[in-house]
Amino acid sequence: MINYTYHKPADLAEVFGLLEQHGAKAELIAGGTDVMVYIKQSNHSAEALISLRNLDDLCYIQDNGDYHIGALTTHRMLEQSDLIQTELTALYQGASQVGSIQVRNVATLGGNICNAAPSADTAAPLMIMDARLVLQSSRGEREVAIQDFFVGPSETVKEWDEILTDIIVPKPKGNFGSAYHKHSRRKAMNLPIIGVAIGLSLSAESVIDDARIALTVAAPTPIRVPLAEEYLIGKTLSDDLLKEAGEMASSPECCSPRDSLRCEGWYREDMVRILIPRVAKEAVANANKKDIQ
Amino acid sequence: MNNIDVKFNLNGEPVTAVVPVTWTLLRTLREYFELTGAKEGCGVGECGACTVLIDGESVNACLYPVPEIEGKNVQTIEGLAHPDGTLDPIQQAFIENNGVQCGYCTSGMIMSAKALLEKNPQPAESDIRNAISGNICRCTGYVQIVESIAMAANMQEEK
Repeated sequence: MINYTYHKPADLAEVFGLLEQHGAKAELIAGGTDVMVYIKQSNHSAEALISLRNLDDLCYIQDNGDYHIGALTTHRMLEQSDLIQTELTALYQGASQVGSIQVRNVATLGGNICNAAPSADTAAPLMIMDARLVLQSSRGEREVAIQDFFVGPSETVKEWDEILTDIIVPKPKGNFGSAYHKHSRRKAMNLPIIGVAIGLSLSAESVIDDARIALTVAAPTPIRVPLAEEYLIGKTLSDDLLKEAGEMASSPECCSPRDSLRCEGWYREDMVRILIPRVAKEAVANANKKDIQ
Repeated sequence: MNNIDVKFNLNGEPVTAVVPVTWTLLRTLREYFELTGAKEGCGVGECGACTVLIDGESVNACLYPVPEIEGKNVQTIEGLAHPDGTLDPIQQAFIENNGVQCGYCTSGMIMSAKALLEKNPQPAESDIRNAISGNICRCTGYVQIVESIAMAANMQEEK
């Protein structure tokens, strides 16, 4: 039975008041491209929808030492931001491939994160960037590292009365480049079969100073691959090195992709192995592009 | 079920819809305003047959909660032609270039094209394909749709 009251709070204080009033019978909604689908497909709704859509204060992309992205920033805004494309390239690539333009015009970064699909396109990029999430409630504010945020498919550590307000991305050091590959059957309007995000920082002699690898759809949550990252750090970039990192990352110690509607686990493992060298090289190329600019 | 009053701008005219609060923009357009150009192809934001423009940006009306339309400018396919009946170049191009077969995707395709050409009057083919990548067509194979949009861009440039 779909029957809800719809509330459009103008600020966070009003949001908290509504949450207190309705309790667990309320559901938060931002762009609605996940929530409205769930309501329609289940033919069921919460008693009250609390819309975050009009919290204009939470819609921003800022550089004040670290990068700060407001949770209500749409994927389309990220897609059209020169700053994001140049400095946080993997996030640009992830955000620009969510759904379609129609979806990206309303769907928010906060929503993509809090919906916590294991396939979320912004998750792997944010994981390699060590993003921190600011959660606010009537009880106060806390920061959660994105690596600690996802606990299962569609499950996060966010409490029912918390709002994700800000995504903090520390400024990468050195010659850092990133890339995200969304492996999928179509060119648009689909979920990834596997998602690979890599961030690399190289010294002048092509020694890897910093390496971050994140995978989506390879485990119940988005994951980093510390084994392969540690393997790469301190070594000189080469095809053989990247090939080895790919073998490592696709091994059972590092990921556990499952069979699903879209494809079987063995294929996902294969793709992790094959894509890691390709995405790593793209990350390096993106670092070099920054220098040229 | 509560009704709400929603005041917004529809195809250039200020209007008020009095509809159940749980209705989507799509249902409101089709059943309250009887503007049936936007279609429900999937109802879950994947096919684009319901594409309309809100403040110039394309959205899937099937997922847009009607309370959120308050104060916004909505443009549907019915509002594309000029008041005197002159067709928008995109509409003209689709007719001349066989961009329409069954017509079910057409409203959405044209609105996505409109959003593109307003921002990018001289799109490359890849820009056009990207702009309609949220609109499915099961009839045409997309070629004549893409060509129609390119033709429309040229027609606009010539003016």
